[in-house]
Amino acid sequence: MNKKIINPEDATNIVKNSILKRRSKDSRLKLFGRVAIGLAVCFLLFLFYSIFTKGYPGFFQYYVTLDINFDRERIDPKGDLSDNSLFDGDASTIVNESLFSVVEPKGRKEKKLAKKIVSSGKDVRIAKMVKDDPSLFGTVTQVKFALDDDIDSFLRGYIKRETPESERRINDKVIGFIDKLNEEGRISYEFSDYILSGSASGNPEMAGIKGAFIGSILTLSVCLLIAFPLGVATAVYLEEIAKKNRITEIIEVNINNLAAVPSVVFGIMGLAIFISIFGMPRSIPLVGGMVLALMTLPTIIISSRAAIRAVPPSVRDAAYGIGASKLQVIFHHVIPLAMPGMLTGTIIGMAQALGETAPLLMIGMVAFIVDIPNSVLDPGTVLPVQIFMWADFAERMFIQKTSAAIIVLLGFLISMNALAVYLRKKLERRW
Amino acid sequence: MLGYNRAKGLVNLNQKNLHSLTHYYGIFCLLSALLPTLGVFFIFTICDDLVFAELVKEYIPNEVINSKDYNFTIVLAQINNSVEGLVFGTPPQWVTNAAEIWKSWVIKSNILTMIVCAITILTSGFLSYKKIHSEFRSRNAVEKIVMTILGVSSVIAILTTIAIIFSVVFESIRFFALIPYDEFLFGTVWNPQFEGAERAGSGQEGLSQYGAIPLFAGTFLISIIALCVSVPIGLLSAIYLSEYASSKERAFFKPLLEVLAGIPTVVYGFFAALTVAPFLRSSGSMLGLDIASESALAAGLVMGIMIIPFISSLSDDVINAVPQSLRDAGYGLGSTKNETVMKIVLPAALPGVVASIILAVSRAVGETMIVVMAAGLAANLTANPLDAVTTVTSQIVTILVGDQEFESAKTLSAFALALTLIIITLGMNFYALHVVKKYREQYE
Repeated sequence: MNKKIINPEDATNIVKNSILKRRSKDSRLKLFGRVAIGLAVCFLLFLFYSIFTKGYPGFFQYYVTLDINFDRERIDPKGDLSDNSLFDGDASTIVNESLFSVVEPKGRKEKKLAKKIVSSGKDVRIAKMVKDDPSLFGTVTQVKFALDDDIDSFLRGYIKRETPESERRINDKVIGFIDKLNEEGRISYEFSDYILSGSASGNPEMAGIKGAFIGSILTLSVCLLIAFPLGVATAVYLEEIAKKNRITEIIEVNINNLAAVPSVVFGIMGLAIFISIFGMPRSIPLVGGMVLALMTLPTIIISSRAAIRAVPPSVRDAAYGIGASKLQVIFHHVIPLAMPGMLTGTIIGMAQALGETAPLLMIGMVAFIVDIPNSVLDPGTVLPVQIFMWADFAERMFIQKTSAAIIVLLGFLISMNALAVYLRKKLERRW
Repeated sequence: MLGYNRAKGLVNLNQKNLHSLTHYYGIFCLLSALLPTLGVFFIFTICDDLVFAELVKEYIPNEVINSKDYNFTIVLAQINNSVEGLVFGTPPQWVTNAAEIWKSWVIKSNILTMIVCAITILTSGFLSYKKIHSEFRSRNAVEKIVMTILGVSSVIAILTTIAIIFSVVFESIRFFALIPYDEFLFGTVWNPQFEGAERAGSGQEGLSQYGAIPLFAGTFLISIIALCVSVPIGLLSAIYLSEYASSKERAFFKPLLEVLAGIPTVVYGFFAALTVAPFLRSSGSMLGLDIASESALAAGLVMGIMIIPFISSLSDDVINAVPQSLRDAGYGLGSTKNETVMKIVLPAALPGVVASIILAVSRAVGETMIVVMAAGLAANLTANPLDAVTTVTSQIVTILVGDQEFESAKTLSAFALALTLIIITLGMNFYALHVVKKYREQYE
């Protein structure tokens, strides 16, 4: 080393300068860290914000109030309130007449346009009303009807009056009709009674999530009934009973690998095994639940094993000490103590399954199904798939309905996760 | 119940000599009666369709079998439709006949199943009931049965894997019999067509092309974009949370970041397609860039957001696992926090960090809904993130959703894609685990 010895003053200066630099580097890293977290949280907030602002209006829609003359002869020609008789009835003409009396269209063309203002679900609505309350017959009652989705978008301001008529989805005459209805105070903006109680529909103003919601519940129950017992049994077997040998090692590696398989592959397996080989029908919640169960199984097994491992050996030894058999130890002591952890893992797995879309697309749960499924063997769809399908539709109103459906889905996911956190906090025991 | 009563009766008879607790006798009876019955029931329900399918062959007229386009699956589907009352047009007379016979078989087999089940439940119940006497060790028998049930259920996981491999590999082999594997792996044009369309397409031979390179490139491109977003953000957040943040901050932000992982991917897809993509498009046109409405950039950005928590959580755990003594040693030498983190903690945690990134990549590769909804379906071979690209997963979904022709190369190609997808993701996982194992510093 032929470096000169520097005098102490210089040395202090060098160190002082470098300390400043090092400090600033330090605070820079801290700042970067803050910025990174801030960014991530911003993304999260922006995501929620954009979905909520889009979805909140999706729970509402515009209605028009019309005076309906409940003429039994015309609505219910056979007079027995049966579906057939109501179907033969002429409810939509009554609604149209009432509408015409307000907006006064001239000529057939205008009448045709005016008819489209009210959603095509009007006759179903009247049929339902008289079924619920037959005393309506013979009265003139004000009834609210959903407006067509284009009119709805116009009232919300998505379709602008200033746009040239040729580029607008609704023409000037229809706007005139709407203005007339508005002047008479017949148009109102209210909580939509379709979004929560309707099912899939090609008409956005009548589309709702009830069918998909029920489908989700059915699918999840199948999934839970299969995955929870299987997962717990496997965890118990691997942790408590099995000897550590090659076979159990293979099972363990296998489970970890299953957790890493992309979800869409489980869908392919469902398609190839359950549907092609076992010949089960497509798009039923039973098959969907089975596929999701196999998919969530690793999550449940892994968390259940962790929960079982957390039960201290002293508990087992104590039980053995008073003469319990192995199974008695497991069922009377280990499982009850590990239950909170197992439940938490199961709830998290179920939340995963609730949000899963891709495997269900594979087994055909994308079919357009209007009927609400009554059992696990009826074709149905689930919430995330419904969201996927609606996201593809072109109508403006579907964007709002999709976001509304997402809000419902997120609401459920958040409450499930909150339940899991609560359970963990409440039942957690430190040994 | 009977067993329980009998055991109770035995207790009453001679108090002392009963080997096990009374309820074990009841459970034993229940299990030994129910299990064989359930087995029989399952065998019957699964087999009846297969048996019927064989039997129904006799009712298909010879001229149909001998005709050129005879396909048993289609005929079977026709009959099944007719059984379920779905009639399209007017089916030939023999189909309706076969369906009638099929229906009668269903009724017969239902009755048969019931009778056989009843017989099994009674005989096995009776046998087990007979077995009960004071010396019978019912608890041990029950435990043996329960242990077997537990063991069998742990095999389900293996069965699932076998099912996955079975379903994917067999179809892939059939695909590679049609399309040579080097064309699949190294071809640069992906243009699957239904065979029907191909035949109708004025006899143009080889209209379909199954070169998977554009798909791999698209997957790769989107994953890279996602990593560009998630690695800096995830890693810096992990460093901040584990080294700088107070415990309160940590308790608040860590779960918040994990919320990102809990959001369903279809929601991300919706967000990417309807918020991010239009935003990119409009801001791109302001800058004079032409961004496709379905671009790799939109899908990659949103996917990056999705995998932030995978990187941040795992890295955070790994960084926390670095022993405090190393940090203290660093501070003892007078280094600042920055230097400690950068020169001591991160190198020590590197294998774990790398593993977390690999796991995040495998997530990104297997992710489906975001790319289906936001990345488009055009199989472009491009490195331009502003173009529409397509990925392995989104092709699988588009091919397999909806109506498919069985046996067509297009349908089979989805299985081949799935096979490559499995190999890639599993390979990455193995590699990640290997990295962790190999380079893990052993601290006491």
